[in-house]
Amino acid sequence: MNIGINIGYLVAAALFIFGLKGLSHPRTAVRGNLLGATGMLLAVVLTLLDRQIISFEWILVGLVIGAGFGVILAVKVQMTQMPQLVALFNGFGGGASALVAGAALIEAALLTTAPSTQMTVSTAASGLIGAVTFWGSLIAFGKLQGIISSKPAKIPAHQLLNGILLLASLGLGALIVLDPSATWVYWILVAVASALGVLMVMPIGGADMPVVISLLNSFSGLAAAATGFVLLNNVLIISGSLVGASGLILTNLMCKAMNRSLGNVLFGGVGGTIAAADDVYAGKIKSTSPDEVAMLLEGARRVVIVPGYGMAVAQAQYAVRDLTNLLESRGTEVEFGIHPVAGRMPGHMNVLLAEANIPYDKLKTMEEINPTFEQTDVVIVLGANDTVNPAAREADSGPLAGMPILDVDKARTVVVIKRSLSPGFAGVPNPLFAADNTLMLFGDGKQMVTEIIAALKEA
Amino acid sequence: MDPFVAALTIFVLAVFVGFEVITKVPPTLHTPLMSGSNAISGITLVGALLAAGAKETTLTTILGVVAVVFATINVVGGFLVTHRMLRMFRRKD
Repeated sequence: MNIGINIGYLVAAALFIFGLKGLSHPRTAVRGNLLGATGMLLAVVLTLLDRQIISFEWILVGLVIGAGFGVILAVKVQMTQMPQLVALFNGFGGGASALVAGAALIEAALLTTAPSTQMTVSTAASGLIGAVTFWGSLIAFGKLQGIISSKPAKIPAHQLLNGILLLASLGLGALIVLDPSATWVYWILVAVASALGVLMVMPIGGADMPVVISLLNSFSGLAAAATGFVLLNNVLIISGSLVGASGLILTNLMCKAMNRSLGNVLFGGVGGTIAAADDVYAGKIKSTSPDEVAMLLEGARRVVIVPGYGMAVAQAQYAVRDLTNLLESRGTEVEFGIHPVAGRMPGHMNVLLAEANIPYDKLKTMEEINPTFEQTDVVIVLGANDTVNPAAREADSGPLAGMPILDVDKARTVVVIKRSLSPGFAGVPNPLFAADNTLMLFGDGKQMVTEIIAALKEA
Repeated sequence: MDPFVAALTIFVLAVFVGFEVITKVPPTLHTPLMSGSNAISGITLVGALLAAGAKETTLTTILGVVAVVFATINVVGGFLVTHRMLRMFRRKD
């Protein structure tokens, strides 16, 4: 073992930790990310100095192709498409881990008579987690990109099927441990785990994506850590476990923000009584116009904007920024209320609003914004539905029951910009739309906000 | 100490460090956190380079090179897009 290289790996691992620490504040985050990238560069350069490496031409080809694709994807992606890009990158990381573990197993079978049990167990774990991550992430990418329907796919007996596939993977893993020389078993394990990854994500619908992406993020880290155990390489173990922990924290936050368990998200179980839309809405919907909203805003001292996935779909973030600037120039206080699961990944809305140059200190979390709604004159709900549904407060409201929501109904007036009365992902009618203090502005998010701005300027 | 036990010790301690560091990341940075940590999980590139360069068999070289491509996309794309996002976050002037 080369001590110099291992000390260098330790420095790289420390740089990753400092990098993640930098992300604790937007001010230090750019530097943090650069520290992480420096750590990675250091680790790669040190590895190339390793005497195990005797041929460089193919490595160079791989690095150039990978870097080329990586740069193109990172530069071309629109901020609204960030969830699918993260899913894609996730998948590549997991896939790489599974391939490296497979190559290590083949090498071990050639060189040594009996690889250690620890090594074979880790290899099986890496193959299982890596393949699930790769295919699960590709399916998530396809759903978010619209290549595959984002609706939950109905797979008959899919819990049973998933269970069988998981047991089969574990059984194949045991075979590898018992007879490591039969390396073909590893690839069958990878194939079974791939099927598991596909079937795990197929039944998951759009609004549950934040949970799934966080979970796959965690898996990609755990796959790297497992590969670290295969190679007994500490920098892989440390980095992998950091990412595994990070993904688990986010998964847990997302589940809490929907008041659902991880099992419930993955295996469905949506139930309860859902009120009929006609009973909730009949005769109580008040439709409004951009002019009327402009008049309301003119007299408002405090406005809160609540964005949801619909804002991303309508690409309305720039119009929202213009409205914010206009209101502020008239002395109105404007803040944003952001639900943890708004959008398709954790923090999705924050990135979109940051892109439109809205300062991050205006973006308030659910805990921060909820006590302020009673002192708010106008709330504009833009493309959000389930996250502002007061039915969640009632115990028997079906899939939304107990989910913490933004209490927008406590504001003086609520303006909901929405194309129609169609329900959100949970399928529950929203009593907010029929509330006495709610006005519905039917139409495309971007167009409606633009028309409100025009009306405000005329007034 | 047995190398596996040493590795396991490092793993468990790093998970604790991870929990401590990540819980301090504010929700507004959760998307960059995901893409940035994602790029870090591309560290598996180190293993991929070893597999691709060791020239044990043609098969391991192929597996290694494909893994290098995958992991490099993850690393380069991940850090770059995180940088792009983080530069957009700004305070009130």
